[in-house]
Amino acid sequence: MTKIYMDNASGNPIHPVIVEVITPFLKECLGNPSNLHQFGRVASDAIQVHRGHVADLINAKPNEIIFTSSGTEANNTALKGIAAAHKKKGNHIIASQIEHFSVLNPLKSLEKSGYEVTYLPVDKYGTVNPNDIRNAIKPTTIIVSIMYANGEIGTIEPIKEIGNITKEKGVIFHTDAVAAAGNIPVDVKECNIDAMSMSANQFGGLSGTGALYLREGVRILPFMEGGIQEGGRRAGTENIIGIIAMGKAAELAKSEMPQRMKKIQELRNQLKEGILKNINHVCVNGHPTNRLPGNLSLCIEYIEGESILLFLDMQGIAISSGSACTSRSLKASHVIMATGVDAALAQGTVLFSLGINNTADDVRFVLEKLPPIVERLRQMSPLYNQNK
Amino acid sequence: MQYSPKVMDHFANPRNVGEIAGADGVGEVGNPACGDIMKMSLKIKDNVIVDVKFKTFGCGAAIATSSISTEMIKGKTLEDALKVTNKAVAEALDGLPPAKMHCSVLAEEAIEAAIDDYLKKTTGKGLEKKKAHKHDERHEH
Ligand code: FES
Repeated sequence: MTKIYMDNASGNPIHPVIVEVITPFLKECLGNPSNLHQFGRVASDAIQVHRGHVADLINAKPNEIIFTSSGTEANNTALKGIAAAHKKKGNHIIASQIEHFSVLNPLKSLEKSGYEVTYLPVDKYGTVNPNDIRNAIKPTTIIVSIMYANGEIGTIEPIKEIGNITKEKGVIFHTDAVAAAGNIPVDVKECNIDAMSMSANQFGGLSGTGALYLREGVRILPFMEGGIQEGGRRAGTENIIGIIAMGKAAELAKSEMPQRMKKIQELRNQLKEGILKNINHVCVNGHPTNRLPGNLSLCIEYIEGESILLFLDMQGIAISSGSACTSRSLKASHVIMATGVDAALAQGTVLFSLGINNTADDVRFVLEKLPPIVERLRQMSPLYNQNK
Repeated sequence: MQYSPKVMDHFANPRNVGEIAGADGVGEVGNPACGDIMKMSLKIKDNVIVDVKFKTFGCGAAIATSSISTEMIKGKTLEDALKVTNKAVAEALDGLPPAKMHCSVLAEEAIEAAIDDYLKKTTGKGLEKKKAHKHDERHEH
């Protein structure tokens, strides 16, 4: 059966080179990296080398990388840990309405424990206005948390401008770069980023591994308490294999980034143009140009996303959908809704997220299969004929 | 969340899709839980549903429940058709994931609305007493 994976926003397939790199480590007896014997040293050396690769990817220093179990843990650690360490200075946090749930839900729980959070709106492209941030900062503001890029609609936020504002105002700038890091160039120094979350499976590493970049000198209370791993900032025996995979994936992502971006973007554009040419009543979500290379988020009018997803799955094509019916909460994607798309249209949200695994043949296949599926579902839809 | 093979069959090959020209009763209902819409049209002769067609804007479960409920009410008297519950529809599909039970409520309501419309047109008044709407079931997950 055909297998076409266009759901890279949910996680990438493991890069074949990574499999080669981690296999010998899986076969070797690896000690606990905290131990002094030879087995421990092999593990701790490997972690050091690969920590360096992750740091290089984003222009950080190795001691500024804290490995975590996921991007979610990195977001939780950054928000809760920095908020707790800066409680004396203030209790106000600024974020956008389109943050991932691993930012929004920790913020909700911080609100319950006495913090105040301002959720900034976005424009129709999903872009945060840096001036809104400037205006929202007050003497009690301790953190601004704005995502680097939105994985659902692809929009890249004006991170550099935001970093300039937070630096000028003396506020800590956290960015959730899970969708961005490893896929587009990210430079924490140039953008004045103080804390940044990343996830390995967004650029070919293993799921279950993430990292938090924390600028030297930024105070944080550990989220996970126990031993003194990760410089006392994250307890727990390190996920050695995951870290090696993340480091190697970071090294590859950095060296291959221009070619990867070019290839993925070309395929994405072919897919976009093909769909827009062959199917009417379709609109593209997110920013027209300032977007992640592999992201194609669409609203297909008059039909519902889960049905599209299921029909594509029968053809061997994997995508995701932001419709209310697809989500377990029965709510349409908060990201799509924040861009002002109306509720019925939001029901037709589908996301094709391309990666280095995709080929021109994949795109051709999707372009062949999608239009009849849309037509079939539209023939079944009570909204279609009335509006034609 | 996985759909049963029966749900997938009715979703992939839905029965009785469309609209009946000159239908005797038409019911269109919306789903407050997720915003979806189901439209049923009935052809009725001597108190019996002789033909039924549906159109649905919704998820896999909504399409499958619409499809199977048209099969379940075809050939039935209006009284018997009204006895088809959303639970019976879900059971006929070998079950639905808990989060999708509310989609089957939509099917039940669409049948009821179509019969109500027919009675209004023919007798001047609709169903005596409508079944209590089961909106509470929508959030049992
Ligand atoms: S119709 Fe929306 S969840 Fe089934």
